[in-house]
Amino acid sequence: MNYRITHRTKYVYSEPVAVSHHAARLRPRDTDTQVCREFGLSFDPEPDLTTQHTDSFGNQVSCFSIQKLHARFEVVSRSFVSLTSVLQPDPAQTPAWEDVAALFRDPVAVDLLDPCQFVFRSPLLVHEMPQREFALPSFKKGRPVLAAVADLSRRIHREFVFDPRATTISTPLSEVLANKRGVCQDFAHLAIASLRAMGLPARYVSGYLRTRPPPGKARLVGVDASHAWVSCFVPGFGWVDFDPTNDCFTSLDHITVALGRDFSDVSPVRGIITGGGKHSVIVGVDVEPVE
Amino acid sequence: MIFRTQNSTSTASAAARAAASCADLAGVKGHYDELRDPAGKVMAHYEALIADLKKRDALGVKRLSDTARRLLSERGVSFNVYSAKGGMDTPWMMDPVPFVISAKEWEGIEKALIQRATLLNAILVDSYGPQQLIKRGDLPAALVLAQPAYLRPCHGIPVPGEKPLQVYGADIARSPDGQWWVIADRTQIPTGAGYALENRLITSRLLPEVFRDARVRRLAGFFRQMQQSLAALAPRRVEEPRVVLLTPGPYNETYFEQAYLARYLGYTLVEGEDLTVRDDRVYLKTLSGLEAVDVILRRVDDDFCDPLELRNDSMLGVPGLVRAVRAGNVALANALGSGLAEAPAMMAFLPGLCRKLLNEDLLMPSVATWWCGQETPMREVEQRISSLVLKSAFRVRGREVHFGGNLSAAEHAALLERMRFAPDRWTAQEQITFSTAPTWEDGKLVHKPVSVRVYLVATQDGYMVMPGALTRVAPSLDSPLVSMQKGGSSKDTWVLSDGPVENVTLLSATRTPVELRRVGHNLGSRVANHLFWLGRYAERAESTARLLRSTLLRCSPESGMSETPLLLPLLEALRSLVIIEEVPSATLLAAQQEQIEARLLQAIFDADHPSSIRSNVAHIQRIGVLLRDRISVDTWRVISQLSDALDAADNSASVTPMSDALNVLTRIILELASFHGLAKENMTRAQGWMFLDMGHRIERTVYISELLLAGLRSADAENPSLLEAILEVGDSTITYRNRYSLLPQLAAVYDLLMLDELNPRGLRFQFQRIEGHFRHLPREQNSALLTPAMRVLIENSTRLQLCDPTELARVEPGQWSATQVAKLLQQLIDAMPQLSDALTAGYFAHSTISSSGDVAPADPAPPR
Repeated sequence: MNYRITHRTKYVYSEPVAVSHHAARLRPRDTDTQVCREFGLSFDPEPDLTTQHTDSFGNQVSCFSIQKLHARFEVVSRSFVSLTSVLQPDPAQTPAWEDVAALFRDPVAVDLLDPCQFVFRSPLLVHEMPQREFALPSFKKGRPVLAAVADLSRRIHREFVFDPRATTISTPLSEVLANKRGVCQDFAHLAIASLRAMGLPARYVSGYLRTRPPPGKARLVGVDASHAWVSCFVPGFGWVDFDPTNDCFTSLDHITVALGRDFSDVSPVRGIITGGGKHSVIVGVDVEPVE
Repeated sequence: MIFRTQNSTSTASAAARAAASCADLAGVKGHYDELRDPAGKVMAHYEALIADLKKRDALGVKRLSDTARRLLSERGVSFNVYSAKGGMDTPWMMDPVPFVISAKEWEGIEKALIQRATLLNAILVDSYGPQQLIKRGDLPAALVLAQPAYLRPCHGIPVPGEKPLQVYGADIARSPDGQWWVIADRTQIPTGAGYALENRLITSRLLPEVFRDARVRRLAGFFRQMQQSLAALAPRRVEEPRVVLLTPGPYNETYFEQAYLARYLGYTLVEGEDLTVRDDRVYLKTLSGLEAVDVILRRVDDDFCDPLELRNDSMLGVPGLVRAVRAGNVALANALGSGLAEAPAMMAFLPGLCRKLLNEDLLMPSVATWWCGQETPMREVEQRISSLVLKSAFRVRGREVHFGGNLSAAEHAALLERMRFAPDRWTAQEQITFSTAPTWEDGKLVHKPVSVRVYLVATQDGYMVMPGALTRVAPSLDSPLVSMQKGGSSKDTWVLSDGPVENVTLLSATRTPVELRRVGHNLGSRVANHLFWLGRYAERAESTARLLRSTLLRCSPESGMSETPLLLPLLEALRSLVIIEEVPSATLLAAQQEQIEARLLQAIFDADHPSSIRSNVAHIQRIGVLLRDRISVDTWRVISQLSDALDAADNSASVTPMSDALNVLTRIILELASFHGLAKENMTRAQGWMFLDMGHRIERTVYISELLLAGLRSADAENPSLLEAILEVGDSTITYRNRYSLLPQLAAVYDLLMLDELNPRGLRFQFQRIEGHFRHLPREQNSALLTPAMRVLIENSTRLQLCDPTELARVEPGQWSATQVAKLLQQLIDAMPQLSDALTAGYFAHSTISSSGDVAPADPAPPR
C-alpha cells in the first residue's frame, strides 16, 4: 500500500515576529513494515537556517529558524510512503501480562533497556492508582498480554465518547477519565498510562490514518488529520501497535511518523517565537492512497 | 537551656554571665560537640575564637550580632527577595560566631569530596554517553531512564573536557561518633557560594583580630579558579571569552546571590530574554547590537533552559539553546542534564560505582539510603519504616518528604500502598543526628545542630574545594531539617591553615601586561532600560518632594491660608503633574483646608496612589533589585533608606502630621541628592550613565515646564512671592539672590529656569545634556541622516536658545495657553514622550517569547 501525504502547518501572527525557532517531527519513520521513499519540506518564508538530527527515540527532527521579521509562516511536508502488511501475533499465544511486567522490574536485561524506558512516567503522563483501577478489569490473572491489551482498547472505545470539544492539548488525564470524552491523543494517553500502571511499557505513536469515504462518495482532499495511537511490547515479538480510538490493531491504514513516551516527545511542529502578539495555527493533512 | 552557668541562680550582671558562658557552654547529649572534646576541653581549633569571644561581655557579643544584622540589611543581603507587594523580604540570617574546622579535619573532607565530584562527573559522562553502567547492570536502568532529570535531547552531546560537572556542592554533616556523612549532592545548580562569600565578608569585619591571627584560609582563590575554569570552557579561542550568568529573574529565591556573584566574578547577569540564538550561536542583546556569548553559568533549571527542545511550559529559557550547545557554539556550567547525578536514590549505588569507575573505596559515606525499586531494599524499608525518612527517589518539583516515625497508622498504610504501586519512585534514608556548634541566640551562646555545604569547582586535572563553606544552622535541636526557608540561620565557616595563609585577589590574575581599555562591555538592552527608568523615577520622586514641600509650607495653619493666592498656582502645578486630582476654586480654598492637607499627605504616603512619593520609591527599589549587579553597595544603601524615611513618620501627638511630613520630604530630598551624587561621582561616563542621566533630564524637563506652565498661568504671575515659591521649587533661590538684589521678576525667572545653560535646574541645561548623550548613542552615530529623535531635540533646543526672556515676560492679551511662553513650554513637554519613545524603540525593544502552539492530533471523527 502506498500513500502520498501532504501535511501543511500555517501560522499567522497579529504582530510581526522577530525570530522564530521551530522543531518538526514530520518525516515518516522507516519501520519493519513501512518505508518512507520520498520526503521533502517546503517553507514560506524560507528559513535562515535549517538543521537535522535524530532524537533519542530515532525520530528525525528538522529544526528551522527565521531571523527576519515575518507575519506568517508555513511549513509543508510531502512524503511518499509504502506499507507492507503487518503480521500480528495471535493474542492468545502471547505471554501472560504478569510475566511481561516482571521483565521490567529491576534488574532489567540489557536487551530490554529500550522498551524499559517506556515503562516509567513521562513529561505529560504520571500514571497513578486511578489508571491502574481503570485498567484492572482487562488484566485478569494470567491473561495473555495482547488479549488484555485488546480488551483495554475495546473498553476505551466502548466507554469513551469521541468529542473534539471536550479536551484541549493540556487537559489532564484525570479529567478525561472522569468525563469519558476526548480525542485520539487522550485515548492514546489513557491507554499508555493504564499499561504503565500495570508495569508494562507503552509508547505513543504519532502518524496519519487513511480515511475511507462513505460508500459511493468521492474522497475529500485535505480533510484528514494527524492521528495518534499506542504501541505495546510483546516479548519475543516486539512492538505491536493498536488504536484505541478505532479499537483495532494497526493495519495498512496507519502511517507511523514518530514515536515517543507521550505527545510531548513527538509534537509534529513545535515553535517558539519572539514577539508576534496573538497567533493562529491552521493545519491541513491529506492522505492520498496511491496504487 | 543549653547555656548553663555554674552559678545559674546568681543575679550577677549579664556581662559576667556572658563572659562565663563561653567557658561553660556544654554540649548536648546525643550530638557530637564541635566545640569540646569528650573530656570537656575546648578543641584546639576553636581556642582562638573562644578566647576572643571571652574578652567580650554579653553586650559585646550582642553588638556583634546587631552589627551583623545591620550590615546584612544595609548590603541588602536577602534570601527570597521581592514579593509582588514590593517588599525586600526575608533578610539573610547569619550568626556572628563562625563554624571552625581544623586543617587536618579539612584535609580529609577535601580528599573525600574531590573523589565524590570525580565520581558523580563520571556517572554523568556515562549516562549521557555510552550508558555502560546501566547496560552492565552496575546501576539500575531506572536511575537513568526513569529520571525526570535525564534530558534525552542532551544525550550524546559532547561536553568540553568531559566535565559536565563544573561546580558541585555537597551537604555534609557529622554524626554523634564524629563521622562526616554526605547528606545531599548538588550537581545541577549548587546555590549558596555567594552567601558564603557574603558571610565571610561580614564575619571578618566583625572579628578582625581573631580572623587574622587564627590563620583562616581565604576564599578568593576558589573564585579565581572558577573564573579560569569557566573561561576555559569557551568554544571560541578568544582572549577574553564572554561569560554570562543566566538568572531566572528577581522572583527567584536566591536572586540576591546571583546578582552578587555576577558582580564579584565580573559576569553579565542576564535573563532568558536578554539572550537570543541566531545561526545556532548565543548572543546577548546590547545597545550596540548582538554580542556573542561563549559560556553560560546557569541558575535556571536545566529543563527550563530551552522551551523549544526541553519543557515548553516555561519561558524562562532561551529558545534554540540546546541546538547551540549541540553545535558546540556555547558551553554551559553545569552542563544541561547534570541534575541526574543528584538524585537521592543515586546515593545507594555510589559505593559500588566508586569501585567500578575509580577503582577506589568511597571515602566519605552517604547517609544510609535505600532505593525501593529493588526488592530486597524495599522489604527492608517496609520493616524499618518508622526510623526512616521517605522521599522521592529523584529530584522532582514539589517532591515529598515523610518522616516514618511521625506517621499515623492510616498515613503509614496509605504511604505503603503508594510505595508499592510505584516503588521505583521512592527512596528511604536514615536520619543523622547532626553535630552542634556554638551559636548566638537571644542574648546567649547555645548549641545548635549544623550542616555544612562545601563547594567544588572543576580544574584542568580534577577539582578544587573552596576552603570555607556555607554552614547552615537548624532553628532548634529537634528540627529534622536544616533549611534557610524554614527559619534556619547561617554561619561563616573558618577552615584553618597549618601554614601561612595565601592572599589572592580576583584581579591581576596574570603576569602579562594588561591591555588598557576605557570601556566596559556593551550594556545589555534590558539593563539600559532599567537605568533609564531609575533615572526617571529618582527625578520624579525628587521633583514631587520639592513641589509638595513648598506647597505644604504655604498651607500651614500658621499662615491661616493667608497665602492663598500663592497656594493655588502650586496646587495647579501638582494637578497638572497628576499628583493631586482636583484643585478647589480660590473662594473655597480656606474652607477646604483639611481636605487639601489630606490629599497632600496622600500624595506622600499613600502606596495606592500611583504618583505618590511612596509609589515612586517603590519603583526605585523595584528597579534597584533588578540592577543589583550594577549598583554599588552605597547606592543600594541610599535606595533602601528612602523607604526608611517614609516609614520613620513620627506619629506622636507632639508633632503635627504636616510638620512631620515636611521632615519626611526633606529627608527624601536629601537621600535622593546622595543618590544622584553617588551616581555622578561613581559611574564612568559610559552607556550606563548616559541612560540614567537621560532619564533624569527628561523627567526634570517635564517637571520644570509643568511648574512654569501651571504656576505662572495665574493673574498673580508677577507677584514676587509667587515667583519666590517657583524659584524655591526649582531650587534656584540662592542663584537668583546671588545675581539680583531685587525682588524676583518674571523675565529674570524665565531666564534662570528656562534659558540659562549654566543652571542645572534650567530647561536649557537639560536639553544640552540630553543632546550630548544622544550624540553618543550607537544608532545616532551610525545614522547618516538625523534620526527623528535627534530632530525633535535640535528643534526644541534651538527654540529655547532663540528666546528672549523679556519677550517671554511681556504680558499678552488673551488666553494664557496662547501666549508665546505657554506654547513653548507645551512644545517642550510634548517633545519628551517622543524622545522616550525613540529610546524605547531604538534601544530597549525586547519582546517576550511564547510558544506558537503545539497542534494536537485532531483526527476527523472516524467512521464507526
